[in-house]
Amino acid sequence: MKQLGTIYGINGPIVYVKGRTLFQMSEKVFVGKEKLIGEVISLDNDRTTIQVYEETSGMKPGEPVYSTGSPVSVMLGPGILNNIFDGIERPLKKIAEISGEYIHRGADVKLLDTEKKWPVHVMVEVGQEVIGGTIIAEVPETKTILHKSMIPPNIEGRVVEVVEDGEYNITEPIVKVKQLDESIVEIKLAQEWPIRNPRPTRSRFESSIPLVTGQRVVDSLFPIAKGGTAAIPGGFGTGKTMMQHQIAKYSDADIIIYIGCGERGNEMTEVLEDFSELIDPKSGNSLMERTSLIANTSNMPVAAREASIYTGTTLAEYYRDMGYDVAIMADSTSRWAEALRELSGRLEEMPAEEGFPAYLASRIATFYERAGLMQNFNDTEGSVSIIGAVSPQGGDFSEPVTQNTKRFVRCFWGLDKALAHERHYPAVNWLDSYSEYVGDLAAWYRDNVSPDFVDNRRQIVEILHQESSLMDVVKLIGSDVLPDDQKLTIEIGRVIRLGFLQQNAFHPEDTSVPLLKQEKMMEIILYLRKRCKSLISHGMPMSLLKREDIFTKIIAIKYDVPNDKLEMFDQYKKDIDKFYTKIMDKNA
Amino acid sequence: MSIEYLGLDSINGPLVVLEGVQDAAYDEIVEFSVQRTEQKLGRIIEVYEDKAIIQVFEDTTNMSLENTHTKLTGHSMELPLAPEMLGRTFDGIGRPIDGLGELNYISKRDINGDPLNPVRREFPRNFIQTGLSAIDALTTLIRGQKLPIFSGNGLPHDKLAAQIVRQANLGKENNEDFGIVFAAMGVKHDVADFFRRTFEESGVIDHVTMFLNLADDPVVERLITPKVALTAAEFLAYDLGKHILVILTDMTSYCEALREVSSSKQEIPSRKGYPGYLYSDLASMYERAGIVDGKPGSVTQIPILTMPNDDITHPIPDLTGYITEGQIVLDRTLAGKSVYPPINILPSLSRLMKGGIGEKYTREDHQAVADQLFASYSKVNDARSLASVIGEDELSDTDKRYLSFGEKMENTFIGQEIDENRTIIETLDLAWDMLHILPREELNRIDTKLLDKYFDEDR
Repeated sequence: MKQLGTIYGINGPIVYVKGRTLFQMSEKVFVGKEKLIGEVISLDNDRTTIQVYEETSGMKPGEPVYSTGSPVSVMLGPGILNNIFDGIERPLKKIAEISGEYIHRGADVKLLDTEKKWPVHVMVEVGQEVIGGTIIAEVPETKTILHKSMIPPNIEGRVVEVVEDGEYNITEPIVKVKQLDESIVEIKLAQEWPIRNPRPTRSRFESSIPLVTGQRVVDSLFPIAKGGTAAIPGGFGTGKTMMQHQIAKYSDADIIIYIGCGERGNEMTEVLEDFSELIDPKSGNSLMERTSLIANTSNMPVAAREASIYTGTTLAEYYRDMGYDVAIMADSTSRWAEALRELSGRLEEMPAEEGFPAYLASRIATFYERAGLMQNFNDTEGSVSIIGAVSPQGGDFSEPVTQNTKRFVRCFWGLDKALAHERHYPAVNWLDSYSEYVGDLAAWYRDNVSPDFVDNRRQIVEILHQESSLMDVVKLIGSDVLPDDQKLTIEIGRVIRLGFLQQNAFHPEDTSVPLLKQEKMMEIILYLRKRCKSLISHGMPMSLLKREDIFTKIIAIKYDVPNDKLEMFDQYKKDIDKFYTKIMDKNA
Repeated sequence: MSIEYLGLDSINGPLVVLEGVQDAAYDEIVEFSVQRTEQKLGRIIEVYEDKAIIQVFEDTTNMSLENTHTKLTGHSMELPLAPEMLGRTFDGIGRPIDGLGELNYISKRDINGDPLNPVRREFPRNFIQTGLSAIDALTTLIRGQKLPIFSGNGLPHDKLAAQIVRQANLGKENNEDFGIVFAAMGVKHDVADFFRRTFEESGVIDHVTMFLNLADDPVVERLITPKVALTAAEFLAYDLGKHILVILTDMTSYCEALREVSSSKQEIPSRKGYPGYLYSDLASMYERAGIVDGKPGSVTQIPILTMPNDDITHPIPDLTGYITEGQIVLDRTLAGKSVYPPINILPSLSRLMKGGIGEKYTREDHQAVADQLFASYSKVNDARSLASVIGEDELSDTDKRYLSFGEKMENTFIGQEIDENRTIIETLDLAWDMLHILPREELNRIDTKLLDKYFDEDR
């Protein structure tokens, strides 16, 4: 670390160094006497511009700026899971040990625990040819996840030395590799990687497997593929965070990276408390064992907010390289975009729309493009799925962040204020939302859930659309004047909305629902519709049908049928038949 | 020790530029002496080598390029703190104005505060009963929460806030220490007097610390007021273990002051001329509510803001809503119908409610009843607009019941007297009275067990 310049000017998180310097673009630097972490963001003949990841108050011109020679990076190794970090991967628990309840700047902490000894099982032998990505050792990182330490990308050669299986910390060499140029490198359990560069993979391919979330409106109506991208836009109070929490808890990804970007401190505390207590149904361990949290709350420095998204994505890619399916929850990408805007404003760049910099779209694109189902260099397959919340200003989806996000995601779950007001959760608007993955995933649903799944889904969506246009009429003239078959559509629409789309996150059975139950629920609703239609064609009025409690019963299925007692659906089918014959017998 | 500089290099609104300074730090506080008679304070907001751009807290009137002496203090803005702050009144930047002399302080703290580490926060779960049905049942206030009131000019937000202060069970019953920190930013004299009178009448004035920046006080000072108030609140809460309720009024004036300073700095505006960092700036204050794990005190915030033109999508309420843990929205139509408090329950929300209600804290049926009231009340508007098209007589029986449910909700459930203090059990029983207006099959948010217990078909 050597001094390459002195501070000339300070404007919030932006610091200038005068003159022509030897700093590199995107280099990590230490700024001032307190050695605050910063990053070089522009260089010219007159001055170097640095963004500082911590509060700069009290800093003076003339203080030194030190170079590190490497870009802003994260440490990748065991210890990432079941942990919580700030936007540049500093562990918040360690910071709390040093500086108490408040986060003081300049906290000098190691990114990952260097003391802890991990039980290591070495996977390579002397003489073996290795390339970047080759798994050299396995470490049980948490109860749920087996960590696979890999040769860093860009290293290739032959193993010349390995250690015995045993306990090692992340700084001890595990393997020595003689590279093609005869130089020897030591490979440790941990490696560094610059956050702004995607980690390389062999190839990317189309995903045909869904990321199952247990949320009906997602899995059945607007599914996302493993390695896919989705956006959840919604005004405040529409339940973006709640939806992210639900997916983080119940999706079938192996690993969850939860990025709290510019959001509430209490929310991160809640995730930490909840996830530590909740049991992952797949592994039987606590959910934190498969989760890593990145927290840059709204009162933490804004430059680190910009970095937090990249930090989280890099961690996700690292686990993908081991062959895991990783899901990133980014809450909220709008805060990240606003951080870009704030920094851009301080740099006096020419603003484009609503003060956002002109490069907003390209930054959003590069972020979402880091998602995907990949074949790794070690021949495993892994995926990174990105689910980003968007907080549009004024709840207006025409603002730049929502619009630019829409261009680069394939799944759009638009949250609706009116639905949230009537406490219809998840408040996903079924008319605005879409998923481009429906076609890609059709085969999987057909083979793994039911041959009728895709057709049932289509019918449900159709009924909802018909109901919505009928409701426009009802709002003007009342429902009494409609013909009976249209009344039926409205009633079935109501059953779908209340009994299928609404899902109670606080109900033990309803909080997450397996695909097969989702399919059975759709089937039973469509069966009810079929029987009712037949009654109506026999001249039975809708008012007669509604006198029966069958509709209420079908709505209550979500609570009344436990997720592991799907055979109960047969009884419901019989009930519908009984309802049919009863009406026919009485009124024929 | 410090050098005094004579003269300035430019004055532009609240901003002055001083060149040739040595050792100036970013965010440092400077003292001005104008003609050796008038003292002013300022803060360095940008610094380039030997040139400092300083934001003056008071008016820059009388300052000239020649007559001003400037002195660097060597530290950022600090507030003197003492347990005796309760019962005292200060100006907008923390100087006593009640004639009781200087504070005998035991510590001084940077008013910007540091962010609370999420791993050391405790998730707030304790229900605060305010005695107002609309709040207790539907947008429950939780200790350690930040729950703003979104209001409009001429709506009774001050009355409402005062009623919450009077009735809120902040810790009196179980003999815990409580206190109120009141910060006024750009409010009228009579509003400040109204609050003072309320505190006096309810006998809590000894537990109140007031920071007043009134409408005719310097605008830039307003940017400091909430920060000093929250610094005092954190000291009282975390150092002295008290439960502190902070009332910040009016956040709209604060944001306007921020915009004024931003535009005089010639910053690039984002929406409606507000600076791009409005969100971060508001968050740095709102996020100072909470509870620290293992410490007895808490900071609960009720910021009040008047929505310009009653527009909830205006940047100030919009960004606030994204940061705070819910909002209580006042509505002009309801106020027009003489409903007090005119709380529009549909856009109102308490995000922390779910953790602080239910069997353990209030009653088993609380969540279900609240969900049902929201769902049913949202249908009232449909019935009303239908009635206005086809006439009330033509409505179906169910729709008619919704109409009468809506009236009852507004007049007897949401509406109450200004000194009426309902217990949560009274509120929930009243809610069931409301739900009895509707047919049982319309109550699809409440599960059968609760309906059997609380819903009496024959009523």
